[in-house]
Amino acid sequence: MTTPDRGLVLIDSEECKGCALCFEACPPKVLRFGELLNRYGYRSAAYAGAGCTGCGICFFACPEPGAITVLRREGRVCQNN
Amino acid sequence: MPDLTIPGYTVVHEKPRSFYPVCERKPEMQHQTHYCPGCGHGIAHKLIAVAIDELGIQDRTVLISPVGCSVFAYYYFDTGNIQVAHGRAPAVATAVKRSRPESIVIAYQGDGDLAAIGAAEILHAANRGEPITVIFINNGTYGMTGGQMAPTTLIGQTTTTTPFGRNVWNEGYPLHVSELLASLEAPVYVERVGLGSNKQIMNAARAVRRAIENQVKGLGFSLVEILSPCPTIWKMNPVEAQRRVLEETVKTFPLGQFRDRTKSAPARPAAAPVPLFAEIPAILGLANGASPAAKTMRSGETIDWRVRVAGFGGQGVLMLGEVLAEAGLDAGFEVSWLPSYGPEMRSGTSNCHVRLSSKPIDSPLVLHPNVLLAMNEPSLRKFLAPVEPGGWVFYNGTEIPQGCAGRLDVHFIARPFAEIAGNAGDARSANMTMLGALLEATGMLAEERVLAALRRRVSSGHWLEVDRRALDGGREAVTKGVRHES
Ligand SMILES: Cc1ncc(C[n+]2csc(CCOP(=O)(O)OP(=O)(O)O)c2C)c(N)n1
Ligand code: SF4
Repeated sequence: MTTPDRGLVLIDSEECKGCALCFEACPPKVLRFGELLNRYGYRSAAYAGAGCTGCGICFFACPEPGAITVLRREGRVCQNN
Repeated sequence: MPDLTIPGYTVVHEKPRSFYPVCERKPEMQHQTHYCPGCGHGIAHKLIAVAIDELGIQDRTVLISPVGCSVFAYYYFDTGNIQVAHGRAPAVATAVKRSRPESIVIAYQGDGDLAAIGAAEILHAANRGEPITVIFINNGTYGMTGGQMAPTTLIGQTTTTTPFGRNVWNEGYPLHVSELLASLEAPVYVERVGLGSNKQIMNAARAVRRAIENQVKGLGFSLVEILSPCPTIWKMNPVEAQRRVLEETVKTFPLGQFRDRTKSAPARPAAAPVPLFAEIPAILGLANGASPAAKTMRSGETIDWRVRVAGFGGQGVLMLGEVLAEAGLDAGFEVSWLPSYGPEMRSGTSNCHVRLSSKPIDSPLVLHPNVLLAMNEPSLRKFLAPVEPGGWVFYNGTEIPQGCAGRLDVHFIARPFAEIAGNAGDARSANMTMLGALLEATGMLAEERVLAALRRRVSSGHWLEVDRRALDGGREAVTKGVRHES
């Protein structure tokens, strides 16, 4: 049993232009390029799937209006173990 | 917007409400802004949108978009928007703020826009202490037009117009806008921030919010200069460009607050309330404030008088036009009056364009008049040719000068109008004799409209009487005088 991550990041791959600024910004370095190209031909960012702290800095570093959404886990207890 | 709820998690950062859900500009690009990947404009937009959301002012914000890469900001911000001519954002922001003091006006400008073509506007808006917010994007280049030198281009930086690097002996030094504006008395808040690192970006977010909040609090002029990456023109990838801001740009443009009177500045006195539209005629002293609407016009009739009045400066050419336009307005016409004169206050030539129309006026220019009032010979020679066939030509002189008699397709009324005015009381009211002749011959306007307009313009009782007699003299010259009609 592992403690679930404090945060979660969602990336709208259609809005992302693959500039990679969020990879740099992310302190735990859990953002990277995804596998697929989006419909505009950009290889968009993707969440590694674990390790997000919910700090939110990637949201501010991202130049696109809504490409990144950051969520934080509610409460203090593990909810999905 | 997509539903992003996930059980057990709360959304902490998402697309600000102050952005439109989709980018409407191009049907095939609804998910994406037009900015290059990694462009600082996008980040600056986000900081503004977040601040608008946080301050709860979306419904009263008016964003002024510039010319430059951010020309389409109005496609992204779901607020009031005005897109303005290059460099003029501070002037338009001033107008919006003054006419709608409750609005929150944010002028968004690049460095070519603000510091080059618009240098005068920003300087004076700041110096007047206009209570607006200016977000100034310093990316050291003209991005949109392909990378020319901006006033903020770094020394040695190559651009398309400084192919060997900016040379201070040829192009001068980078312009420090924040420092310059902070040397003025009026600004309340001037800060330079960067987008070169996480820390810089969060600091920029604070500054942008502060600059907008100052306006919400009713304080004065606030400006945030944002050192912003332009990866495309800098020929770097977005990460390198961001690092350049952090490591290079800040050496020339140190970050910091250059003015902060946010705490000590008094709230500005409230602007005088803007009068209601309906009150304006009364404020201007126009009759009863009521519109006299189209009493002289039969409904459905299309009238389009295009008048050119021309003569020497001092002959009352412009005044004749003004009286005509004002009487026309009074009679319910759409009117325009456009003066055109040289730099001389007296002598020199002068002319004006007047339109009286039953339809909205597209342009105040009268290039093909159907009425010409020529108060001297050079004016007749100059303006006769474009008079429309069937039009009216009134000429101050008895003889139609050589070379002008060929227009058989117009009504020609040549009279010694100055002399007639002299006989009526004063030769200086020749403009009024010509106006009298015009009214008599064409029936353009009812006498009482013209007299009312004259009364508003001429304060001296003596001159009013002289003008009235001159008008009559002009009318008589048409009905009784020798007609030089062709
Ligand atoms: C009156 C006028 N002059 C020149 C131009 C051409 N023009 C368009 S954008 C631009 C420069 C914009 O540079 P900047 O303000 O730095 O914005 P950026 O594109 O870098 O964001 C110029 C000169 C214009 N549109 N209008
Ligand atoms: S040219 Fe530069 S400023 Fe313009 S959109 Fe591209 S990166 Fe941004």
